[in-house]
Amino acid sequence: MFAYDFMINAFAAAGIVAVVSGIVGFFLVMRGQTFAGHALSHIGFAGATGAGLIGLAPLWGLVGFTVAGGIVMGLLSDRISNRDVAIGVVLALSLGFGLLFLHYYTAFATQAAALLFGNVLAVDRSTIVTLAVLGVITLIGLAAIMRPLVFVSLQPELAEARGVPLRFVSTAFLGLVALAVSECAQIVGVLLVFTLMVGPPAAAQRLTTGLWSGLALAAALALAEAWAGIALAFYTDWPVSFCIAVLSAAGYFAALAASGLRPRLAVAD
Amino acid sequence: MTPAVELNHATLRIGGRTVLRDVSLAVRPGEFVGVLGPNGAGKTTLMRAVLGLCPPVAGAIRVFGEAPRRGDPAIGYLPQTRTVIPDLRMRGLDFIGAALDGHRWGLPAHNAAARHAIAEALEAVGAGELATRPLSDMSGGERQRLLLAQALIGHPKLLLLDEPLIMLDARHQEVAIDVVRKVCRERGITVLFSAHELNQLIGAIDRVLYLGNGQAVLGAIDEVVTAPVLSRLYDTEIEVVRAAGRIFVMARGLDVERVEHMHDHEHGHGHGHGHHHEH
Repeated sequence: MFAYDFMINAFAAAGIVAVVSGIVGFFLVMRGQTFAGHALSHIGFAGATGAGLIGLAPLWGLVGFTVAGGIVMGLLSDRISNRDVAIGVVLALSLGFGLLFLHYYTAFATQAAALLFGNVLAVDRSTIVTLAVLGVITLIGLAAIMRPLVFVSLQPELAEARGVPLRFVSTAFLGLVALAVSECAQIVGVLLVFTLMVGPPAAAQRLTTGLWSGLALAAALALAEAWAGIALAFYTDWPVSFCIAVLSAAGYFAALAASGLRPRLAVAD
Repeated sequence: MTPAVELNHATLRIGGRTVLRDVSLAVRPGEFVGVLGPNGAGKTTLMRAVLGLCPPVAGAIRVFGEAPRRGDPAIGYLPQTRTVIPDLRMRGLDFIGAALDGHRWGLPAHNAAARHAIAEALEAVGAGELATRPLSDMSGGERQRLLLAQALIGHPKLLLLDEPLIMLDARHQEVAIDVVRKVCRERGITVLFSAHELNQLIGAIDRVLYLGNGQAVLGAIDEVVTAPVLSRLYDTEIEVVRAAGRIFVMARGLDVERVEHMHDHEHGHGHGHGHHHEH
């Protein structure tokens, strides 16, 4: 399967994105903000279709809209980002706008399915470079705010007392989530960003209780699921995003079962 | 001797409401002070003022002779609203490690000295085994112990414990008070310990700081917990009944501490635990 350029490109792109998604997603799961991440991807759909309408590359519309959306959510943090209803309304509105933009730019409609469900087999070299650059920016940004981010996520009252700028940290984090979501949408589509951003980190948090071990495991699981998904798709001819979604869910439920068994074994000892 | 905490004609206001008006008091170094008073009397606000989060609108506050400043390493703090993510599968070590230098940018990395400080604080409160257990598996008492250990990291001189008993059952409340008293006596730490009920603290605290009606009275329990003083602080007719080594503060035949306590529980359930209440 490595005889084909498009397969090598797919593995490279999915590898970069999976690692970034697994790491950023770890904090998203830890902070209980997965729904906000999902909403960002839908905002990105409106951005991508809107960009197509005015003749820009969909990726930049995706990045622009999700980052703007992430920053607005962060600034309104207490009022919006943790409120399911508000997020749900914004999410639906974004999809609606995406539909409107598609309606006026019908030539773009063929790409709609790729945006919604991803099309990793169509990734070219220049996209890989873009994904790598965005990925490095995301990880550097995350490394810069990681210490206060963990503190703020776990003990906001104490962090405030120590002088940590809560709003800045959570806004910067949602901006980074937006970048990761844009990347992730290139591989598995805006509707399936959870497969790489939530499934692997959630499984990792069931399996390990350490901070660094959890991060490493989340990245490793995301990478394994993305690559195995592509391989599975190659041999079965099923859609790649479906294969990754299945593996992501299987990984999460297996981790849930494994961690659920552990206390019972301990009692048996 | 310089007082650990000193209020000099201090007025504290929160959200346009004056909580404490023209209050003067001095907490001696090494003292264990129980902070009591009805809901909204200013217990949390007072602690936030000492932390430098809520500067007085008039008068002055001094902490070991200096103006309060945010992030003062001499102060260990256990906030009242402790947002704990219910299913957090992170081990105790990494949870409290996050608070260590948590205000600095960059990656969280702990050197040997930091790891030693964490381990030592955990041992001090008898919570060594919590380092490797995930928070989701801990009881309320264990979490509280973990947070107390965290407050002790870095050897603070002053400990502000805001309602540390609120989520604990009676037995764990006693254990928590004992641990705080023992560690703080050994280390000469000054403690402000806010609580709903006075009785658990009798015998443990050196003095009581009663807040209410914009005022504050600091003194020995027998001087402060009296009908005239509390009637002034509650702004209503109060009777103080002493029986079997316990003290009951009654208004119109009802035990006010118990009524407050029950009210607070209902309040907590109605609003979830993630909100911040100003008191």
